[in-house]
Amino acid sequence: MKLFGSGHGACPGCGLPIAVKNVLEGVGPCFVANSTGCLEIISSQYGKSAWGVPYIHSVFENAAAVAAGIEVALKALRRTDEGPIVVFAGDGATADIGIGPLSGMFDRGHNVLYVCLDNEAYQNTGNQQSGLTPSGCYTTTTPAGKIMAGKQGQKKDMVAFALAHKLPYVATASVAFPRDIKRKAKRAIEFKGPKYIQIHSPCVTGWGLNGKQAIPVARLAVETGLYPLVEYENGELVRVKKVKERKPVEEYLKQQKRFRHLFKHPKGHEVVEELQKIADGNALKFGLDI
Amino acid sequence: MIRITPGAVSKPLESLKVKTGDWGAEYPVIEEEKCIGCGECEIFCPDLCIELIEAGMEKKGEKEKIIRVAKVNYEYCKGCGTCSVVCPAEAIKMELKDIYRGELK
Repeated sequence: MKLFGSGHGACPGCGLPIAVKNVLEGVGPCFVANSTGCLEIISSQYGKSAWGVPYIHSVFENAAAVAAGIEVALKALRRTDEGPIVVFAGDGATADIGIGPLSGMFDRGHNVLYVCLDNEAYQNTGNQQSGLTPSGCYTTTTPAGKIMAGKQGQKKDMVAFALAHKLPYVATASVAFPRDIKRKAKRAIEFKGPKYIQIHSPCVTGWGLNGKQAIPVARLAVETGLYPLVEYENGELVRVKKVKERKPVEEYLKQQKRFRHLFKHPKGHEVVEELQKIADGNALKFGLDI
Repeated sequence: MIRITPGAVSKPLESLKVKTGDWGAEYPVIEEEKCIGCGECEIFCPDLCIELIEAGMEKKGEKEKIIRVAKVNYEYCKGCGTCSVVCPAEAIKMELKDIYRGELK
């Protein structure tokens, strides 16, 4: 039986199903806990479940706590051989609303793989700013007006947050590289304890793309250095996706409606420069350039 | 009549009864001569509706090699065009559905 099926309600071109099916293929049969968000809406309507694995949705903030409960219950029932536990949560559920239960789950050391599907805003309710929204991005709660040019402040560094909890495995991935997602998910469950993978996934409606642009834009995020694909094992950086001839960030920004004000706004130039600095900083920190 | 299981439990893969094939304005057409059977479209397809099928055998000296080609299940394809973008052999083209071709009167 397939682990994730056709007929779900995702927008044409959405990155979430690509991420989910490749994580599930990497992990194999498992238990899934899901927080509120796009993925829950598209895949778990009553009588239209797209899941071929045991799946539970509770509330917005507690997916990590629910997964911790499943893990302990399986241990008590001596059924730990039935498969690993995977959490799928959006960026808002990970970085803002569910960050408390997530930290608690990391702290208690439950044997859970936590997958953050990062589409860089609350896209389910129509593009509101989250902790993982990049600077300068237009959302309905950080509109581009006369004074501000989109979101103030930077994208939250959730990889550093996970590393600060001394996790055995932390990685970032992108839906533009699904084989990489599959390999990382497979590698993650070899470790005991909490694991964290953050997957960059374009949102066609929120980012202002058509379906065909989604994968090329996700690829550009990696190629510009704004979304470095890194892999930490036991706190040490073990693998990085190198980028040949790193592209300027404008190329990535220009294709998306959520950044188009940056090229007209009086402060837009500053924001683009700041984003380029972030990309250059990533390249230096992780050694992205060949 | 709707029967609700205690705790509102859905059965696995019930979404298969939702035929999403009529969502999009376009549909992919695979040119089988160009398809190299790499499976890139299968791994990317967000609607899990592309599969590699065996199309025949090819003889290379003494060894026999199975030729695989991609096949789209149009019942679920939403016409996003992701497969046409990622295909390394450029074997997938998106075509407009007939019902969107008509002229406005």
